[in-house]
Amino acid sequence: MTTLTLRQEPPERLDFLNVNPLSLGGLSESEAARLPVGTSRRGLTLGDCFAIALDGSEDLVIEGGSSRLDRVGASLSGGTIRVVGDVGQRLGEGMKGGAVTVTGSAGPFAGSGATGGTITIAGDAGDHAGGAVYAAKAGLDGATLVIHGAAGDHLGDRMRRGLILVGAAGAYAGSRMIAGTIAAASLGDHPGYGMRRGTLLAGKVGALAPSFVETGTHDLVFLRLLARSLRPLSPSHADLAAGALTRYSGDLATLGKGELWVSAA
Amino acid sequence: MAELTLNGIPVIDTFAEAFDVAGTAIIITNDTAKWAMIAATTMTGFATSVIGCGAEAGIDCELSPEETPDGRPGVRVLLFGFEPNGLKDQLLKRVGQCILTCPGTACYAGVDGPTKIKLGGAIRYFGDGFAVAKKLPDPLTGKTRRYWRIPVMDGEFLCEDFVRAVDGAVGGGNLLFLGRNHAQTLRVAEIAVDAARTVAGAILPFPGGIVRSGSKVGARTKGMMASTNDAYCPTLKGRAGTELAADVGVVLEIVIDALTSQGVAESMRAALHAATEAGAAHGLVAVTAGNYGGNLGRHHYHLKDLLSKEPASEAGAA
Repeated sequence: MTTLTLRQEPPERLDFLNVNPLSLGGLSESEAARLPVGTSRRGLTLGDCFAIALDGSEDLVIEGGSSRLDRVGASLSGGTIRVVGDVGQRLGEGMKGGAVTVTGSAGPFAGSGATGGTITIAGDAGDHAGGAVYAAKAGLDGATLVIHGAAGDHLGDRMRRGLILVGAAGAYAGSRMIAGTIAAASLGDHPGYGMRRGTLLAGKVGALAPSFVETGTHDLVFLRLLARSLRPLSPSHADLAAGALTRYSGDLATLGKGELWVSAA
Repeated sequence: MAELTLNGIPVIDTFAEAFDVAGTAIIITNDTAKWAMIAATTMTGFATSVIGCGAEAGIDCELSPEETPDGRPGVRVLLFGFEPNGLKDQLLKRVGQCILTCPGTACYAGVDGPTKIKLGGAIRYFGDGFAVAKKLPDPLTGKTRRYWRIPVMDGEFLCEDFVRAVDGAVGGGNLLFLGRNHAQTLRVAEIAVDAARTVAGAILPFPGGIVRSGSKVGARTKGMMASTNDAYCPTLKGRAGTELAADVGVVLEIVIDALTSQGVAESMRAALHAATEAGAAHGLVAVTAGNYGGNLGRHHYHLKDLLSKEPASEAGAA
């Protein structure tokens, strides 16, 4: 497996858009060391910050993360990236396939615009995880985003399709959601604010917007399919989908075809 | 024609002539096996002949909860038509009128194949704009499947976005049982049907799997596409062209459609062996098969190739 070992905390934010198993596959170690990753006029290269050991495999390990590592796994189309430590903003942005795993926490906008593959964050995620960056049409767009810890506010903002699993999320989860599914042990205030379509599933929620209406409890086939889909990723979220749930329909201030399922227990 | 025997019963050395058709399968689930079967039975009604009904359909098998996408009891239904567009039309009508309407029922694709047929994506318009689509990963295959959730009065009708039609489906495999009296010949045909249905991916679309009104192409009446198979009508014995010996009093036919040519051959083989094993005790005179001279359908299932219990080589080739 290819390994990049961080020498010390980077002196500036680093852009990893062009550092992935595919781009490193055809390079020698000296060529890889010259890849530009800096974001200032300092002109930092990969070799300035990392000890590089290439073997041409599709598995890349980044030993020693930092909250200054931005766009790790961005536009990834295959292979795996494992970061031992934290990462910065836009983890897996625009990703098309493969898998990115972070053992620490991620900054804001993780998974933004990702159309395929799986992003797993063992720690916490910042605001707008699975959300749209400024002026973008959509947030998460088909990929799977798993956050074992907590996510910040605006989780899945303008999410278009795909699946987000999270331990807990802050306020405005699923805001302006176009479609897709978010499952969480708990969501903060105003989940689904302005959502058009999509599904939110939560063990508990904060204050609901007045434009969500309760439709009661329903034994729908869809919930069986959802539970079966979630079980390989997270048995606890699958159990949530299989349990007693109260459904809220919204956001009726917009299209109103979204739904919020909250544990009735 | 030369005469063969199987289990002491004469088997006429001829062949069944069958046709390429468009075929698909869907899985119907419900909270109980009873209601899944009610939906499947309703959907496969009036589907005996593609000429008169637009499609031939039947129940392939019952499925346990472990075998269905949503973990509920299910039934796999096969549907055949002349070509994919006609099949689509029939599928939409039958799912729309018989599955959508049935309490608690959901509907999924039941076979993979090269031709897409939009199903939920067409039926969703019944939802009057309130239907929503949902893409979820299938834990069994890892692939994403798209479903439509259509609000109905008992909750939602969930239907997969599209199903697929297979290449290589064949319709019209058949056997004719020549017997002495009605009750005994019917029993032989029933035994043959039970055996034929053990082959996965094969159905027998006629009532109880059996047809008494075998047909020939054309008629003396102008404009008729098909008419009674007078050569096998016992009341027409003694006329020119009859194929029946003096001791034959009844002829019953089974017709087999399958998703593959091999499925037709194996289903015919199972039926032939079961019928001849029971035949001596039930007055079976002979077994034969129906064809149109070999000029209409490219699949020919020669009965001599079905006499062994196991296939020697692929049957049904042109």
